[in-house]
Amino acid sequence: MQQFLESYLPAAPLVVLVYAMIPLMIILLYALFAIWFERKVAGHIQDRLGPMRVGGWHGWSQSIADLLKILQKEDIVPAKADRFLFKLAPFIAFAASYGAYAVIPLSSEYIGSMIDVGVFYFIAITSLLSISIIMAGWASNNKWSLLGAMRTAAQTVSYEVPTVVTILSVIVVTGTLNLMEVTEMQSGNTTLGFLPNWIIFHSPFMLLAFVLFFIAALAEAHRVPFDLPESESELVGGYQTEYSGMRWAVFMLTEYVDLLLLSLIGVVLFFGGWNSPFGSFMDGPVWGVFWSVSKAMVLVFVMMWLRWTLPRLRVDQLMNLCWKYLIPICFVNLILIALWEMLF
Amino acid sequence: MFKEKGPDVTFSQPVEEADGLKTQEMIINMGPQHPSTHGVLRVELTLDGEIVTRAVPHIGYLHRCFEKHCEAMNEYPKVIPYVDRMDYVAAMNNEHGFAIAMEQLMEIELNDRVEHIRVIMAELQRIASHLLAVGTFGLDIGAFTPFLYCFSEREKILDIFEKASGARLLYNYIWIGGLMNDVPDDFKTDVSSFVKTFRPKIKELNDLLSNNKIFLVRTANVGVLPEKVAINYGISGPSLRGSGVKWDLRRDDPYSIYDRFEFDVVVGKGEVGTLGDCWDRYIVRVREMEESLKIIEQALESMPDEGDVHESIPKKIRPPAGEIYSRTETPRGELGYYVISDKSTSPYRVKARAPSFVNLSVLPAISVGAMIADMVAIIGSIDIVLGEVDR
Amino acid sequence: MKTLNDIFDQITEAFGEEDFELSEQDAGDSWITVMPHRIHEVAKYLRDEQGLRFDSLMCLSGVHYSKEEMLGVTYHLYSTEFRHRLTLKVIMPQDDARLPSVEQIWKTADWHEREAYDMLGIVFEGHPDMRRILCPDDWEGHPLRKDYKEQEQYQNMKVPY
Repeated sequence: MQQFLESYLPAAPLVVLVYAMIPLMIILLYALFAIWFERKVAGHIQDRLGPMRVGGWHGWSQSIADLLKILQKEDIVPAKADRFLFKLAPFIAFAASYGAYAVIPLSSEYIGSMIDVGVFYFIAITSLLSISIIMAGWASNNKWSLLGAMRTAAQTVSYEVPTVVTILSVIVVTGTLNLMEVTEMQSGNTTLGFLPNWIIFHSPFMLLAFVLFFIAALAEAHRVPFDLPESESELVGGYQTEYSGMRWAVFMLTEYVDLLLLSLIGVVLFFGGWNSPFGSFMDGPVWGVFWSVSKAMVLVFVMMWLRWTLPRLRVDQLMNLCWKYLIPICFVNLILIALWEMLF
Repeated sequence: MFKEKGPDVTFSQPVEEADGLKTQEMIINMGPQHPSTHGVLRVELTLDGEIVTRAVPHIGYLHRCFEKHCEAMNEYPKVIPYVDRMDYVAAMNNEHGFAIAMEQLMEIELNDRVEHIRVIMAELQRIASHLLAVGTFGLDIGAFTPFLYCFSEREKILDIFEKASGARLLYNYIWIGGLMNDVPDDFKTDVSSFVKTFRPKIKELNDLLSNNKIFLVRTANVGVLPEKVAINYGISGPSLRGSGVKWDLRRDDPYSIYDRFEFDVVVGKGEVGTLGDCWDRYIVRVREMEESLKIIEQALESMPDEGDVHESIPKKIRPPAGEIYSRTETPRGELGYYVISDKSTSPYRVKARAPSFVNLSVLPAISVGAMIADMVAIIGSIDIVLGEVDR
Repeated sequence: MKTLNDIFDQITEAFGEEDFELSEQDAGDSWITVMPHRIHEVAKYLRDEQGLRFDSLMCLSGVHYSKEEMLGVTYHLYSTEFRHRLTLKVIMPQDDARLPSVEQIWKTADWHEREAYDMLGIVFEGHPDMRRILCPDDWEGHPLRKDYKEQEQYQNMKVPY
């Protein structure tokens, strides 16, 4: 991919820039689609149609109209807010999410950075997200925002443990932290013949590991039933309360980007990343992008489905769930997976 | 500028802990603009972390001095549109209560058709109001979808009302001594088809929300209102029955023709937690909808086809000097009207004993020790309408 | 189930006759008038006495009798045990409207007394939190009095619009 760009583009910095911008293109297109899609999903779950007017066919350009509206909105900074941090926070949030895309292999020919500590980097950089949210909550000088920020801090720190442990149980199997290699290991079919060679089919404990990972990821992405940081019926809007216009939109974008990011990492770790589910059929670098994004979209859809079905947990129950159930189960599962690896 | 005179509302003194850290209680205003206070209620919360150590409700943001308006009207019938605007999600029940009070004072007898239509309307309104209460309660807990399911059912009831009265929210339909006009010809078929389609929807609601594990842990054992406290505070309606008190004015102090119908008084049993918790208050509403359906079915059965709904409306309403206190069971509880007449054509004094007003007064007593998220659940489970609290 | 006359007899037997008066009406409810200083003990008696047990205060309303220049408070009581009801009235002069609170007896009275204070300026002595409830704390006058005139300005806003 890089050689391909170098042969067409005149200068090296431009090559790097274009190379780094590729996920951004995908993300922005995805965000426009996902916001529309979420409203459609919500609508159909709730016995209605969702947006139907803008753009003709099923309101397909609703998100574009929304975006234009948000662009025209006034950017309000509260009088007693910490102006610098307040303005900075949404961009740090986006940067943290976007930075993590550097180690996600979108296809066999594209990965932002082929580093050997990919998983480690991923975990480290996504932690930045919670800092940006605390920044936003603190700088807003609003008690509701502050409560939201505090909840975020507690929630993210707690749920990082089960996330990391489940990721670790995949690493036990693959033996590498490089996500490209993790994906390459999952090509082809298993001995059973019809199942793809994905990690989730590797052992029965892997299925459990995925379920645990998914629950923890929901909490990391602040989705229902774990959307306490912005729970609008309790904390008004949590850390977003004082934001408006484009800055709010960046937070919104980050939320969706984060959703895709966690789905993508789930796909890479458990569902064979860019590998085609049908062996060599529809395989190749371009189809790779298609497969990784569409597999991730399935997970995104499940997250949306949950959001429009379930109520929200309370903050102490959230902590109980994490520390008393998820983390012990994760560790036991990790040991079992390790035993399985030793025996077979 | 808006300084309070009551109990101190300043920040608490910082307390120094053993390790040298200072802790301070936070005072936060929940409302008047807050998504879950069901209107313009302001609750001043003192928080220790996220735990409420004190809650003081401040009301009056929607105060219109309804009672002064009633005195200023030059005719009694002009009061009816004002009572509509008290509990604006159960306007039919408010009108019914006021009409009954005036009829008792003037000793007006009604024919059976009017009584039947009134009962059917009141029970439909009760279902509509409970649907709203249950839906928004789910919304407070974070479940968005049941809310819209409830609203689409409520819409069907509003359609029936619209056909009869021309209005969807504030009807001015039940008049002193009769009704504004007779129901349309297809009223009976409309109502019975609604009853038929609505029954399965209650089961759907139970599957989606009432028995949801997360919903259970959020509402069970939260905001427990013991029986003794409830009676002493004068709590009424589903909130009282949620505490296990079998008390329903339709059965215990019957008005209109409720003594002719068979229905159960639903009470909370503490099935999933403590007796009198939020879930009990919630489930009482859900089950009451089924009881209302029973009443509607019986009323449709026995409703006479003949009868003039204008027959008993007095030409000029000029009640004898005297006063009356009459109470009815609205979806929120006991709605009482205290009317003093001085033999003129307008009331000397009208006082409404609004159920939401009384029910809300228990909030400080049951919210101590709850978390912010529980506060939302408690306010939702008491089911207040601020139009009625503030009048 | 007791009639108003039975209840009146029982009260006068317990408290003497001079502070009580029975008013029977042709239309609507009849009531017993109580002197203001006796209301607290009477209320306690009515709630606790065997055979009366008025455990619920349905409504507490303030009334302005402008012709007599009097203010009144009406208590509507109900016994959930015996299912009888009672209307009590307290009448006092307009310029010295004070009476003991019954908040300790029925908690329902808490907000109702505050409302009567807010709307009519009746002061309930012994109420733990006697301040306005529906109007803002710095509002002037008591709106439900018949001779009420709204203030010209409130917080630099014009009031009569």
